[in-house]
Parts: sequence; C-alpha cells; structure tokens
Amino acid sequence: MADVSFLFGQFLGGLTTAMFLFLIASGLSLVFGVMRVLNFAHGSFYMIGAYLAWQVAQWLGPMLHSFWLAALAAALGVALLGGLLERLLLRHIYGREELYQLLLTYALVLILGDAAKAIWGTHQLSVSRPPGLAGGIEMLGITLPVYNLFIMLIGAAIAVAGWLVLTRSPSGRMMRAAALDREMLGALGANVGVLYTGMFVISSFLAGLSGALVTPIQSIVPGMDVEIIVEAFIVVVIGGLGSFWGTFWGSVIYGQVLSFGILVLPGFSLFSVFALMAVILIVRPWGLFGRPLR
Amino acid sequence: MIWRKAGFAHRMPWTLAVFVVALAIPWIGSRYDTFLATQIAISALFAVSLNLLLGTTGLVSFGHVAYFGIGSYVCGILMKTYAVPFSVALPAAALGAALGALVFGFFCVRLTRIYFAMLTLAFSQIVWAICFKWNDVTGGDQGLPNVPYPDLDWMSAIPFLDELRVSDQFYVLTLVLVMVSLAAMQRIIASPFGRMLTTIRENPERAASIGLDVRRYELAAFVVAGGFAGIAGALFGIFNRGVFADYVYWPKSAEVMIMAILGGINHFWGPVVGAATLVLLNQEITSYTEYWPFVLGVILLVLLFAFPGGIAGGLAAGVAWLRRKRAERAGA
Repeated sequence: MADVSFLFGQFLGGLTTAMFLFLIASGLSLVFGVMRVLNFAHGSFYMIGAYLAWQVAQWLGPMLHSFWLAALAAALGVALLGGLLERLLLRHIYGREELYQLLLTYALVLILGDAAKAIWGTHQLSVSRPPGLAGGIEMLGITLPVYNLFIMLIGAAIAVAGWLVLTRSPSGRMMRAAALDREMLGALGANVGVLYTGMFVISSFLAGLSGALVTPIQSIVPGMDVEIIVEAFIVVVIGGLGSFWGTFWGSVIYGQVLSFGILVLPGFSLFSVFALMAVILIVRPWGLFGRPLR
Repeated sequence: MIWRKAGFAHRMPWTLAVFVVALAIPWIGSRYDTFLATQIAISALFAVSLNLLLGTTGLVSFGHVAYFGIGSYVCGILMKTYAVPFSVALPAAALGAALGALVFGFFCVRLTRIYFAMLTLAFSQIVWAICFKWNDVTGGDQGLPNVPYPDLDWMSAIPFLDELRVSDQFYVLTLVLVMVSLAAMQRIIASPFGRMLTTIRENPERAASIGLDVRRYELAAFVVAGGFAGIAGALFGIFNRGVFADYVYWPKSAEVMIMAILGGINHFWGPVVGAATLVLLNQEITSYTEYWPFVLGVILLVLLFAFPGGIAGGLAAGVAWLRRKRAERAGA
C-alpha cells in the first residue's frame, strides 16, 4: 500500500489537477479580489475556450502548430467575449446587492451554455495532444505524461507572472488599489472603468486558455461549465477570496485532498473537498491566505 | 409590503380565493392542467420558503435546494425502502430538512453576505455529493425510481373526490398541504417574530444594538425555511415518481431563486406568481425550442435590469402610478 512510487503517482496526479484548477481559479480570484463580483460565468468562459480551441483546431487541420494557435485563438476569443460582456452588462451591477450580481452572472451561464449547445451540439468532442508533448517521462517508477508536466509548468509560470504583475508593475499597483478602495482610486484620477474592463479581459483570457489547454486530456461536453465553476469556487474559498497566492495554494491543497481522499474514502473524495470548503468557510471565512473584508 | 390602506384588495382573503380557484382545476381542466398545477403548487411552496430568507430576512441562500433534497430523499427512502405511510413520511421529511437546516444554518448564520451565500452553496453540494455517491441508501446516480403514491383510498369516501383519478387526488392533497404551509408561513411573517426578521433585513447592526440576538433569529428563519422546503421536496419526489441526485445539484438553487425574483421578493405572493409564471413559460417555450435555459437567461437579464422588483414589484409600481395619476386629476 505505502508504495513510494504509487504515492508519488497520486501526488503528481493531484498536482496536475491543482495546476489546472489554478489556471481557471486565478482569473476568478482576480475578478473577485478587485471587483468583488463572484462570477458564475467564469466556468462558461472556460467551456467556450475549450469549444473554440476545438473549432480552430478543426479549421487549421493538421498544420504543424495548430494546437498552439488554436489555444491562443481560443483564449483571445474568450477574452474579447469577456470584455464585451463586462462593458455591456456587468459594469451596471458593481456595488449592487450580491443577489443581483450572482443572478446576473448566472444568467450568463444559462445563455452561454445554450449558445455553446446550439453551435457545437451535445456530442463529446476531443482534441489530440500536440505532437511535441505526446510522450511520457519515467520518474520514480511511474510514467508522467509530458503534457501533464507542461501543464504544471504553465501553472507555475502563470503564478509567478501574476505575482510579478500584481506586486511589481504599475498596473498591478492600480489593481491592488482598486481592490482596497475603488472610490478613492477614482478620485485620484485613475480610470477605474478601464481598469475593471482590463481585469475582466485578463480573467476571461485565463479562463479561455485553461479551457483550451484542458482539451487534450478531457473531452469537451455540455455541463463542464457548471461542474468546473464549483471546483474553482472551492479553490478560491480555501485560499481566500481575492488572494492570488491563496488561490495557488488553495489549488494545491484541493488537488492533494482529491487525490489522496480517494485512498481514504473511496467514492467520497467529492464529499471531502466540499467538506474542506465548508470547514474553511466556518473557521476562516476569508480563507487561508485572505484578509477579512472590511 | 404595503399595508397602509385597508381597501378591498387587503380585506379580500387571497389565500382562500387562490385555494378555491386552484382546487377547481381537476374538475374543469384536463389531466395536463392538473399536472402543471401540481408542479406550480410545489414550486410555489419551495420558492416562498426560500423567500422567507431572501425577502423577509435578507439572507441570500444559494443552497436552498439542499433542504428540498433532504425532504425528497427522506420521504422517498421512507416510503419506498421502508414502506412507511405518507402521513409519517411527510412530517419526517419536514423534520429531517429542518434538522439539516439547523446543523448547516448554525454555521451559515455566522457569516454574512457573499460568504453566507458561498457556505450555503458548499453545504448544498455536500448534500449533493452524499446523495450522488451513497449508493446503498440513496441509489447514487441512479436515484430512487418508483416512489409510491401515498395511500389515497380515504379520499374515495369523500363526495366529489371519489370520481377523480389518483394523480388528481394527489393534486388535491398537494394543494391542501401547500396552502396550509403557505398560510402558516404568512402567519409567521406577520407575527412579532417575522417582524423581527424584517428588522434584521433592514438593519442588522441596529437590530443587534437594540438587544436582538440576530444570529439566533436568522437561524430560526433558516430552520423554518428549510422545513417548508423539505415538505416541497417530499411532495415533488412523489409527484415526479422518483428522487434523483439532480434535485440537489446547485443550478436548482439558482432556479428557485429566479422564481422568487421573477415574482418579486418584496411581496408574500411574489414567489407564487414567479413559480406559476416560470412553470407555464417553461411548458410553453419548450414546445417550440429546446433552448429553454437560453430564454430563461434572457428573461433573467431583462428582469435584473428593467424590473428588479419582479412581477409583483412591477404591478405595485403600476398601481401606485395609477393612483398618483388619479389623485393628480382629482386635485386639478
């Protein structure tokens, strides 16, 4: 049972899940941290990203770099969609009651979910792995697919890049300022509206990108949007709503709990992550790395 | 709620009027009408129970479906697996749901606003995960099909009722139970306890400063709302001839919330109107297109931007406008 290579395999599996979730949840966390909007539609952006990637890959056919181009195009397409929706709809509800914010983004879930169904149908779709990353690496007696390794690296890269942008760049400073006090930032002459749109575009880009990157290892099906958003919520809640590093560690914890929870309570690993979310909310509602709101 | 003028509209016993009209449906309508009416009655009870939190107490629960689901499963398991009569299973379902609400609510009311919504969502997903995976008891992803109808032989002894089909008799039973529940909730909201809940909604800090134990009141509201949701769930399981994990999945929480908002959360009957509208619209629209969620999403957008008060809020605003016009004309 306590075989090292087996446990290592579980650990790596958990880490892959974690980095995937981090890609998705980081955007959700950014938007919540700065705009205080819990975006249910983030999962829909992820799903649209997956479908767009499939679509572009179909158009491009067996071109050499079709997967990478498709992923990039999907992420950009979703970013554009996110920006549009923010401009047209979301900006009217900042500062309104949670109920209206939740329901507005839920309305987008319904609309985008059905739009995807109308465009791409209800069949399972899948994309093959990019040729360069098709193999596996032997490590401590287990085989790790290169693609999973690539995902882990991307996750780590996004984490470092996000941290650098947030703490070291002028725009990152603006984002943190907007998170602390929106009115004050506006009064100081910053264009908060543009900042918010920008944030939302980045967040949607990340959602679209993660949706595109998931296609080689998971098939694309309707319903993946409502499934993933709850997982992303859990990650963000564990780490702390609005805390960037919190989201990173939240995903790592989630991945490991899911991966090892299967060993302890087979069949109830789903239960264990929801229970973890509930416990964190009860003990530290602002999460492991977050700060209490006001 | 506006109770300033005790005019005809307010002296009219609305509950009774709605009851009498709804009761006549099996005799004047088709089998399909009764089917829809049953669905509306159950949804209405569910939506009003949510509104006890949403509208009356100002708590945004995004996991109300948990208590609906607990009620469904308790009643379904008791009636199907243990052949317990409905007269025992229904109160057990209500109690089970209320107990679940007590345990979860104990933690939830410690949080506010978005955290409250998240924790209610987390608990409802816990309930879902249990229902989905605990094969031995809940049937897992297969659910519990073929939950039996309650024994309705006693209705045959009652004139007029004896000529009805079983499904129509079940509708009559559902309607009576729903109406009694609604009347009970109306009494609760109008009681000093209910007024305290409204005070908490309007200003929790102030309520606390005049010596109100806000958490305890919120918890009480949570438990009451959970219990009534459990009744709705129990009825729905029988109506749908089965209990499935889908009932507890989180989008259902959003759906009942939409019913409440659509009708209007600031009026007791708002969620009832919302439930009826949504069920009828669903029937109407799904006969044209499979893209009902899309239509629902668009309705929701229009509602949020144009009619945040819902149908009841819109009507109230319309009536107020007419009154003002009339007063202006009388004054001129």
